[in-house]
Amino acid sequence: MLALSSQLNTYLVIGAFLFAAGFYGLVQRRSLIGMLISSELILAGASLNMMAFNRFLAPDPTVGQIFTLFIMGIAAAEAAITLSIIIAVYRNYKSIDAEDLQDLQG
Amino acid sequence: MNHTLYSADGLAGLVFLGLVAATVSGALVAVIAKRLVRSVAGLSLSFTGLAGLYYFLNSPFVAMMELLIYVGAVCVAIVFAIMLAEPHSEDKVGKGSGLGALFGMIAGGLVFFGVAAVGATTKWSAAKTKINDGSLTEVGKSLLTSYSFVFELISVVLLVAIIGALVLAHSGRNKGGDI
Repeated sequence: MLALSSQLNTYLVIGAFLFAAGFYGLVQRRSLIGMLISSELILAGASLNMMAFNRFLAPDPTVGQIFTLFIMGIAAAEAAITLSIIIAVYRNYKSIDAEDLQDLQG
Repeated sequence: MNHTLYSADGLAGLVFLGLVAATVSGALVAVIAKRLVRSVAGLSLSFTGLAGLYYFLNSPFVAMMELLIYVGAVCVAIVFAIMLAEPHSEDKVGKGSGLGALFGMIAGGLVFFGVAAVGATTKWSAAKTKINDGSLTEVGKSLLTSYSFVFELISVVLLVAIIGALVLAHSGRNKGGDI
């Protein structure tokens, strides 16, 4: 039990858990900020997988780290854009609930 | 390797278990909590644990970047957005969405068991030799030689994102009128 930190499978299972938690939140959440939080969890799961493969399997141990750094940059840009979209949506609709964002009543 | 509890490796294993618990419980709080502020707090707890896991994966630089960017910047930005845009600060999860929650739980469980089973049962084969030690010096060399084009490209992406965020916030203010 105490030697878990030196096994690849531990990190893969944690990464799968983060991905599944983000997926569940993305399906179940109704507010846009909740969906943004869930998508950050999905990206975190992908980053953890990259870092685990980088540590245990890769011939060049810098590739996974650089990949994770790029994922962080993309995620920061995505969060900035998404939050400004959410603020703009809130100004127009007075709500950030995904079900309230409709103009046509059908 | 000696893995009894009262040794250096055993204590490191204990710390590792604590980090795993922080990551998993933070992720659960982030997706289950009703109030969005608690959800963000769970997210930052999860990212702190994840930074510790990166430290165990031999890359303290990425661990520090995780703390700086995610816990320090992204979570704080989300908290600002919640304060600006969510007066009730409550996610109406329960309003007639029982079927959605059930479907989400089933789908999430299937995804978790599927991906975890694939990861755990595959026979991964490690590379015979490593061409460098993966230290920060080597990461810097790779960033400025092999990946220099991607490095420049992501700076352009960040510039476009900043300009786009400014334009979006500005036009939203003009159309929205007085609030």
